[in-house]
Amino acid sequence: MSRAPGAPPALARTAPSSAAAGLRDALHAEWTKLRTAPGTIGLLFAAAALTVAVSAAAAAVTRCPVTGCGQDPARISLTGVYLGQVVVAAAAVLAIGGEYSNGMIRTTLAAMPRRASVLAAKAAVVTGLVLAAGALAILGSLLAGRLILPGHGFTASHGFAPLSLADGPVLRAAAGSVLYLALIALLSLGAATAVRDSAVAIGLVLGLLYLFPIVAAVVSDPHVQRHLQQVAPMTAGLYIQATTGLRSLPLSPWAGLGVLAAWAAGALLIGGLLLRRRDA
Amino acid sequence: MTTPTAAPDRAASRDERSGFRDLLHAEWTKFRTVRGWVTGMVVAALVTVLIGLLAAAGSHTSCNGGPCHFRYPVGPGGEAVTDSFYFVHQPLAGGGSITARVTSLTGLLPTASNGRVRAGQGPQTGMHPGLEAWSKAGIIIKQSTRQGSAYAAMMVTGGHGVRMQYDYTQDVAGLAGAVTAASPLWLRLTRAGDTVTGYDSADGRHWTLVGTATLPGLSSAVQVGLFASSPAYTVTSAQGVLGMSGTGGPTLATGVLDHVSLHGNRPAVGWAGTAVGGGPSAATPVQGGGYHRAGGRFTVTGSGDIAPDVPGGAGPGQTLDHTLAGAFVGLIAVVVVGTMFITAEYRRDLIRTTFAASPRRGLVLAAKAIVIGSVTFAAALVAAVVAVPLSSRLLRDNGNYLYPVTRLAEARMVVGTAAMLAVAAVLALAIGALLRRSAIAVTVVIVAIVLPYLISVTNLLPAGAGQWLLRLAPAAAFSIQQTIPDYPQVSNVCSVGGGCYPLAPWAGFAVLCAWAAAALGLAAFLMRRRDA
Repeated sequence: MSRAPGAPPALARTAPSSAAAGLRDALHAEWTKLRTAPGTIGLLFAAAALTVAVSAAAAAVTRCPVTGCGQDPARISLTGVYLGQVVVAAAAVLAIGGEYSNGMIRTTLAAMPRRASVLAAKAAVVTGLVLAAGALAILGSLLAGRLILPGHGFTASHGFAPLSLADGPVLRAAAGSVLYLALIALLSLGAATAVRDSAVAIGLVLGLLYLFPIVAAVVSDPHVQRHLQQVAPMTAGLYIQATTGLRSLPLSPWAGLGVLAAWAAGALLIGGLLLRRRDA
Repeated sequence: MTTPTAAPDRAASRDERSGFRDLLHAEWTKFRTVRGWVTGMVVAALVTVLIGLLAAAGSHTSCNGGPCHFRYPVGPGGEAVTDSFYFVHQPLAGGGSITARVTSLTGLLPTASNGRVRAGQGPQTGMHPGLEAWSKAGIIIKQSTRQGSAYAAMMVTGGHGVRMQYDYTQDVAGLAGAVTAASPLWLRLTRAGDTVTGYDSADGRHWTLVGTATLPGLSSAVQVGLFASSPAYTVTSAQGVLGMSGTGGPTLATGVLDHVSLHGNRPAVGWAGTAVGGGPSAATPVQGGGYHRAGGRFTVTGSGDIAPDVPGGAGPGQTLDHTLAGAFVGLIAVVVVGTMFITAEYRRDLIRTTFAASPRRGLVLAAKAIVIGSVTFAAALVAAVVAVPLSSRLLRDNGNYLYPVTRLAEARMVVGTAAMLAVAAVLALAIGALLRRSAIAVTVVIVAIVLPYLISVTNLLPAGAGQWLLRLAPAAAFSIQQTIPDYPQVSNVCSVGGGCYPLAPWAGFAVLCAWAAAALGLAAFLMRRRDA
């Protein structure tokens, strides 16, 4: 209040640099919130642990019989992503849903009136954290697969080399799975921003992920089935994990991940627009 | 408050009862006045119907570009059956019996290379000797040579010893072990009225009763004789992204029978050979059947099966539970509402008021469970009752064959699906009370119920592991949607996609109930222990 007379020109002069500074502040604020609020980080660690555990279990129950098997060792050892993504989604939903449930969002938006940068900063911080946790989860899963699968018939005599990141398709599957988890987080963040409630948002995200594969399993028309698989965020997104039988996939691995990216972008866009237009 | 004449303990119990009624009323008022929860229930019902309709709309079966009019024959019990075999028969009027000795059962299987059966070849080329476990040869008394007519048969099988089977669904074990020239087996069937009795014997002198079949309405004139059949060979492969793919081919079984004797009133006509179901049948084409008679020795070769037809094989057809495929989306919605029914109170601190008004916290939880369970049951029942006829009509209009089911199985599926959603909502409520954080509670419940189902439907894990998940996880409750029994006498891959679950319908439902009860108990215990 005391600075009132000099404020307008000063504001005008610092405007260009304040946008960048604002974003930096927003990033810092979001990082501080996520770091200190219980839940998100713990959930992401849980997601990594669950992913590795389920992947190891999947590798442990899979056998490649003597006659040979049409199975994809990379996919098997990345099975945990099916469960891990759910926890990642919950963590991402809570990153903004938590603020809506305790009213913190009003403080956040009062402090940072540029709502788009708030969402952008949240997305950036969540993405960074999920990429870190995802990398941990995927490396652990691949390691488990590399250790367990050779004992279950996935040996060189059956045409399987041990899983290695030096192998192009395996590297793509691994890196792609980490990206997949990040995109799931962004999709969840967008959905939670749009519906402003954690429980509804997680229900919406899980419904969206599970809807397509279950309907595709029931539909008898192979063309409809293929189309459903091509637009399904989870089914198409996880084509990135395939290292064998690529030609029979309805989409190429990267195109599949692109489908999920489109869903995530759409959710963030809707969430961002709604965030700008309506009351907190 | 209490009348002076009432004993104090009775008054107290009446007070308690009216107190619980008030509690129920309070919880019902809470539910019905929160617009989001009512909307959630309506959405649950709507998506259940809509997804079912969408799935039906995406299921077209066409035959040669036109609409399909494919039908499986229907057995005496109304179930779809496979009835294809080679039948060497004579008419028999009234009571009588048939006896025969089986000296050998051999067969031919399609040669599989690298997990793939070489298709498009004749029955004899590309085959190698071998038997299916349910390859059969023996004696049979059958109403007529029409597919689906009543029968009773005694047979030796490829891998299940001597069996007596009748009217497609019934199967009784007799002597164990395979038949060889050194150890032949004797079989006998006796008919009196509508009862057919089966016996087996190792020496033709000492007979053992295997079973008694009652074939209601069996007419006086029947066909009696020898038969052979062998079900199609199937291998499943390539689990994973693309789901399971099955390949297979027809197989042949050849039985050698001698010492054939017939007793009873029969017209003086000789043996006739008929390939029952020999016409073009999409499911199990009979190929290369026939018989050869040398003196008293009959060599009968047949392909096909006499058994209930179950989904999941290569045959076309959908099971009725596909009409309720939307139930799992409805389930997600009711889980969200069920969780919020309690977590919202924690979030807004309404729970303190609730507990101040009714200090018996366990009763509060019980009232909440009853309210959310009943509301969900009602909404889901309406949805299921609407979805099943609409979607099955649409499926049929799209040329799909729907497996016939008994009224009882259909009613169980409809009511059971509603009950499953209701118990899922109660489980969600309990987990919500345990965790007090809605997002985590919703995630846990959805993952526990839907993920194992999804894993089984998409064959993500090896079949064995997926089946164990469907026995132990709350997802086991989906077995309530199974409408076609899993017959042991049909070798079939029991897959969720084919409407088959590892647990019996009510047993699977009980698994979910047990989880819900355990979670409710734990939640009630913790609610009493900790601060609100």
